Amino acid sequence: MHTMTINNRETDLQVMKPDMPVGIVGYGAYIPRYRLPAEDVAKLWVGSSNRLPVSEKSVAGIDEDVVTMSIEAARNVLVRADVNPIDIGAVWVGSESHPYAVKPTSTVVAEAIGAVPNTQAADWQFACKAGTEAIQAAIGFVGSGMTKYALAIGMDTAQGRPGDALEYTAGAGGAAFLLGTSEESVATIGGSHSFVTDTPDFWRRQNARYPQHGKRFTGEPAYFRHIAECAEQLMNGLGTKPSDYTYAVFHQPNSKFPKQVAKILGFKTEQITTGLLASDVGNVYAGSALLGLTAVLDAAQPGDRILLVSFGSGAGSDAFDLSVNNRLSSCQNLAPTTKDYIERRTVIDYATYARYRGKLALK
Amino acid sequence: MQVPRNWRLQKQRYSLIGEVCEHCGVKLFPPRDVCPECSHGAQTLYQFTGIGNIHSFSQVFDPPNGHIENTPFIVALIKLEEGPMITAQLTDIDIEQVEIGMEVEMVTRKMSDDGVEGMIVYGYKFRPPVVD
Ligand SMILES: [Zn+2]
Repeated sequence: MHTMTINNRETDLQVMKPDMPVGIVGYGAYIPRYRLPAEDVAKLWVGSSNRLPVSEKSVAGIDEDVVTMSIEAARNVLVRADVNPIDIGAVWVGSESHPYAVKPTSTVVAEAIGAVPNTQAADWQFACKAGTEAIQAAIGFVGSGMTKYALAIGMDTAQGRPGDALEYTAGAGGAAFLLGTSEESVATIGGSHSFVTDTPDFWRRQNARYPQHGKRFTGEPAYFRHIAECAEQLMNGLGTKPSDYTYAVFHQPNSKFPKQVAKILGFKTEQITTGLLASDVGNVYAGSALLGLTAVLDAAQPGDRILLVSFGSGAGSDAFDLSVNNRLSSCQNLAPTTKDYIERRTVIDYATYARYRGKLALK
Repeated sequence: MQVPRNWRLQKQRYSLIGEVCEHCGVKLFPPRDVCPECSHGAQTLYQFTGIGNIHSFSQVFDPPNGHIENTPFIVALIKLEEGPMITAQLTDIDIEQVEIGMEVEMVTRKMSDDGVEGMIVYGYKFRPPVVD
């Protein structure tokens, strides 16, 4: 039997950094048009609307899925990045709502943006951090010189079982990022860190339609522990402290958790407000922290520093340190901003929601 | 079984790729072997901007198979800014909001699926721009 070395080491952690400096060359958000007020869900199932976790959530239209939403976010990236799509050496989509169990989302996206056929394509999966792990891999691909550019997307059309607590918050949206050399980037990646453990807080088996959650595991041992430890280790490794950051973005399953974890870590409300969108769009899973980042990039100025920390059930967090470059200002308004998508808003009722999300069986 | 036909058409359907005639410069969608304006062959691929205006529209209540969940939907005749007129579905808009002449932009959406076990077909539709 192989004997494992128990890791007692808590200090001298090596922050992940590529050999060559890498940054975000272009970014793009996507949020669908429809909104379901949490009040409507509450009225139907519990008859009261006290203490709702979000105000409303975004809902994908009947002709939308992770493929179509990723394509739109990727097109927004290309407008801002101004690169030839044939130079994109990897197209990666992280999601827990890929339309097919077998057949990649990423190849359709790569085809639609013109990156095919000489490119890497893959789908990523790790609950709500599937998009940030694709970013880490993209940093490695570009930073090692394997490809000039790599596109990483986190996108979801999250589903909750009718009547389940998740139904208030499970929204739709996400964002895409093109990683390239630091010189041409809008924001340079200073370093990244990942923190993972085997924690049974949330899962969905292969053929199950809706996820299950281990209620008592979702807060303290899952969300708070992983985000706080991951952020702290990254800041220790880089020698930074909360006050060094203009903005911080944390995974946002509701509007309460990110505020609490910010407080635990020593961040002030004004550092997290710009990137906190849960109340407007709900929990967009793999897109959650990443949409927060696009909202921050829409507003940030050269010299600003950003801390981004995702969380995925199962469980783990990926943390990133970013510094904004001069080029950001010239490309912020080339494509629709995160706010533009939030403000493009059509409220629907529960019956329409059920039809759009296939909760009614028609055949 | 439509899979092979859909596969052959997907480049033009996903992102509105047509042709520009090398001889007379006319932009063509869908792509053709011979230019209808000057009868020359050998066109170059051209990526349309996806911006156009609604020329006319109507609502479809009795759709072909595969579109059932999406009924009723709006079909419009759209004049692309490069010249060609194409027929496409509108999305992200209600029938009361549609006006002749309004600007629309191309998006890629689900066109149909062959039941829960079949292929999903993606293609272009048009919607009002996100930003006016
Ligand atoms: Zn011609």
